[in-house]
Amino acid sequence: MNLFSIAWRNLQHRKLASILTMTSMALGVTLVVLVLAVSGLIEESLERNSNVGYNFIVGPKGSPLQLTLNSVFYLSRPVGTLPYSYYLEYQAADGRQRAYQELGGKLADPERPGRYSMFMKSGFAIPICLGDYVGRFRIVGTTTDYLKQLKHGRSADQDYRFARGRNFQEFNEKNGFFEAVVGSIVANELDLRIGSKIYPTHGPEGETHSEGFTIVGILEPTGTPSDRVAFVNIEGFYLLEGHVAPERDADTGLEIRKTQQEPIEKPSHTKKLSIEKREVSAILVKSDPIFSVGMPFQINKSNSAQAVSPLEQIMILREMFFNPLRFALLALTILVCVVSAISILVSIYNSMSERTRDVAIMRALGASRERVLLIILAESVLISVGGGVLGWLLGHGIGKLASPIVEERAGIRVGFFSVNSSIEPWIIPGLIAVGVVAGLLPALMAYRTDVSKSLQG
Amino acid sequence: MLTIRGLKKSFPDPAGGILPVLDIQEFIVDSGEQVVLLGKSGGGKTTLLHIIAGITRPDEGEVVLDSFSLFKLSETGRNRIRAAKIGYVFQTFNLLPAFSALENVRLGMSFGRGRHDIHRATELLRRVGLGDRLHHKPSALSVGQQQRVAVARALANKPSLLLADEPTANVDTQNQQRIIDLIRETCRDENVSLLLVTHATEIASQFNRVEHLEKLNRVLEASTSI
Repeated sequence: MNLFSIAWRNLQHRKLASILTMTSMALGVTLVVLVLAVSGLIEESLERNSNVGYNFIVGPKGSPLQLTLNSVFYLSRPVGTLPYSYYLEYQAADGRQRAYQELGGKLADPERPGRYSMFMKSGFAIPICLGDYVGRFRIVGTTTDYLKQLKHGRSADQDYRFARGRNFQEFNEKNGFFEAVVGSIVANELDLRIGSKIYPTHGPEGETHSEGFTIVGILEPTGTPSDRVAFVNIEGFYLLEGHVAPERDADTGLEIRKTQQEPIEKPSHTKKLSIEKREVSAILVKSDPIFSVGMPFQINKSNSAQAVSPLEQIMILREMFFNPLRFALLALTILVCVVSAISILVSIYNSMSERTRDVAIMRALGASRERVLLIILAESVLISVGGGVLGWLLGHGIGKLASPIVEERAGIRVGFFSVNSSIEPWIIPGLIAVGVVAGLLPALMAYRTDVSKSLQG
Repeated sequence: MLTIRGLKKSFPDPAGGILPVLDIQEFIVDSGEQVVLLGKSGGGKTTLLHIIAGITRPDEGEVVLDSFSLFKLSETGRNRIRAAKIGYVFQTFNLLPAFSALENVRLGMSFGRGRHDIHRATELLRRVGLGDRLHHKPSALSVGQQQRVAVARALANKPSLLLADEPTANVDTQNQQRIIDLIRETCRDENVSLLLVTHATEIASQFNRVEHLEKLNRVLEASTSI
């Protein structure tokens, strides 16, 4: 009989104690696997979202992290707004002229190229307007370019695809300026179909606008915050009540308060809003790669706006929140392992007092001290690894069962054998180490057994 | 094959002094010989067997088994000799409760250098009449059956010397003779020397060579002469 078959027999003899100790180890490892899976999912999600397909977010001066949170993750309150004329600084001369002719209103020197347009060759600038909600989900007013130009996925190489329908149009005979595309979670949760209408509320608990957007497209799940967003045509967004930019003082930029006698302007639903009445919350910019350093420097030099690298801000987010959280979770799992190791130690240690004679018999049959030490260590390792493998299977089983929910929420598919962390391959070697450490004290007791005394006693 | 010379062993007594237990000038067992050692309880019989098995170290003297001087060897060496050359039948059988009859016999082969021969283990159990109890745990066997498993285990590794420590002390009278016959027959068949320790004169009377521990052990000789 080899070492492990002797150890296995001993464990079988103490069936209840062995099963209980293995269960404690299994639950510990299940917890470890789940903690690693959750932190792996968060990391994967952060990684996916850090590859947004553009290099800068340009927004009003303020917190760069807040600007990233509300432009990439659609969380937190918007930092403020930028005038639409500022957005036109990213357009070439023909773009500015076209906008001026099409929209009308005030625009200084419409014939000149935008101040930052020289950085934009082979790039794009997409405006977004935030502030409205449908249910608990954010509404993003943007141009058709958002779903055409932006990519998602780990390498930002996947186009947005439609599960049903199509992208919204700038103007449509049937729906006018009021078309929308919704993310997969929004569609599921609000039970939206093609042709359904959504009525934005002004703020999360604000008044509901009387004008609604018709759903013309539902996106496939992407595993990005876009799944939780309703994209609406920016032209329609501007035409909602209360979305007309306040008049500002040309020098100070401060809002000019209207007197009660002056009526608040209500926009027409069929005519685009003029330039000076438009604002954007942020501009998503993909610049010419040559200017990826120079351009944000130029933008940040000005008083009007800031350029923020989302990648950099997500790294900061990771450093500030995720890494300490992961550290705390790992510390917790280490504690769980220590508790499980102690339960193995207690179980085997308690059994040793009644097994001294068994050890002495094995010694009398010719087993060396080292051999009995190894038998006890093998018992401990079998409990640790046996319980650990059960726990690993249980953890991954739970992961697999939760997979549809995770996929729906995060867009990440969890397979049964998905290894979500670089730590996970170390679980089995770690379990062997835990088994050896836990079994060492009882194994030393066996090593030191006084054979003669134990056989006579 | 077994030679003991100038063997002395004492233990510390509770009063802080020293309690001599064994003082044997010379004791020899030849190859294939069957010897009974007759002595009262507490006379040092078990201690002597433990010394011969290399479990307990003597204070003085030499134990030579098949030309190996046991206490000149390292502990590892003594373990190897014990596993390869000595079979031990205990008074209280000392079967391991977690293991079946067959596994207990196989355990007797597990610590030596020999091959783990499951066929020999099965054959030995058949010879001791337990062919139909191979997979029974000790708790499912009668006292007599347990002692027969212990005999099979002691012979499993083809030892050259079988030490039997009061093998019938815990067995009913009906089974006592069967056990003794079994031990003697199997030792004869396997050409194993036998040193059987007992305090029962009716068992001792069956052996050609009977040694009285009182005469062999000078510690006891001195105490009885006083």
